[in-house]
Amino acid sequence: MNSQGAATDPQLQQFIEIESQKQRFQQLVHQMTEVCWEKCVDKPGPKLDSRTEICLVNCVERFIDTSQFILNRLDQTQRSRGSFSETMGE
Amino acid sequence: MDSFGSDFSAGGSGGKIDTGTIMEQVKVQIAVANAQELLQRMTDKCFKKCIGKPGSSLDNSEQKCIAMCMDRYMDAWNTVSRTYNSRLQRERARM
Repeated sequence: MNSQGAATDPQLQQFIEIESQKQRFQQLVHQMTEVCWEKCVDKPGPKLDSRTEICLVNCVERFIDTSQFILNRLDQTQRSRGSFSETMGE
Repeated sequence: MDSFGSDFSAGGSGGKIDTGTIMEQVKVQIAVANAQELLQRMTDKCFKKCIGKPGSSLDNSEQKCIAMCMDRYMDAWNTVSRTYNSRLQRERARM
């Protein structure tokens, strides 16, 4: 074990950073695949036809748009109402 | 000291815990966890699509359906992964 110990090893820190980011990506892919499968796939065939492909692509884009929209609007409503604690109902 | 070494060291430093080995092991565990997650969701979706009223066994049409469903789910997963990745690149390019 190096002299700094595991907690402050910069190599380990960076590794944890990178792997965490990769996992956030993976988790979202799992989630969007599940949601978009429901929306886009009717009956599984011998291959994904182009209509289904397009639906899946649109689904991913709109899902991310929705997420951004929600964050932006939440941000806006908080700004117009004033303090954070007011909006979140302390 | 040596009991640790036999489990963790990659043969370099004898009894010491090797950061590189730990990182490799963690990567493997993460990969396994992701595969399990994928299989769990795939099983759920394909059961829903392919099994109507559960009989006393999986008949041929059900098995064929499940096989196709698995492949299509993988295709869908790959499409989603590619699309999400492209979107992230685009967002980063904007910043």
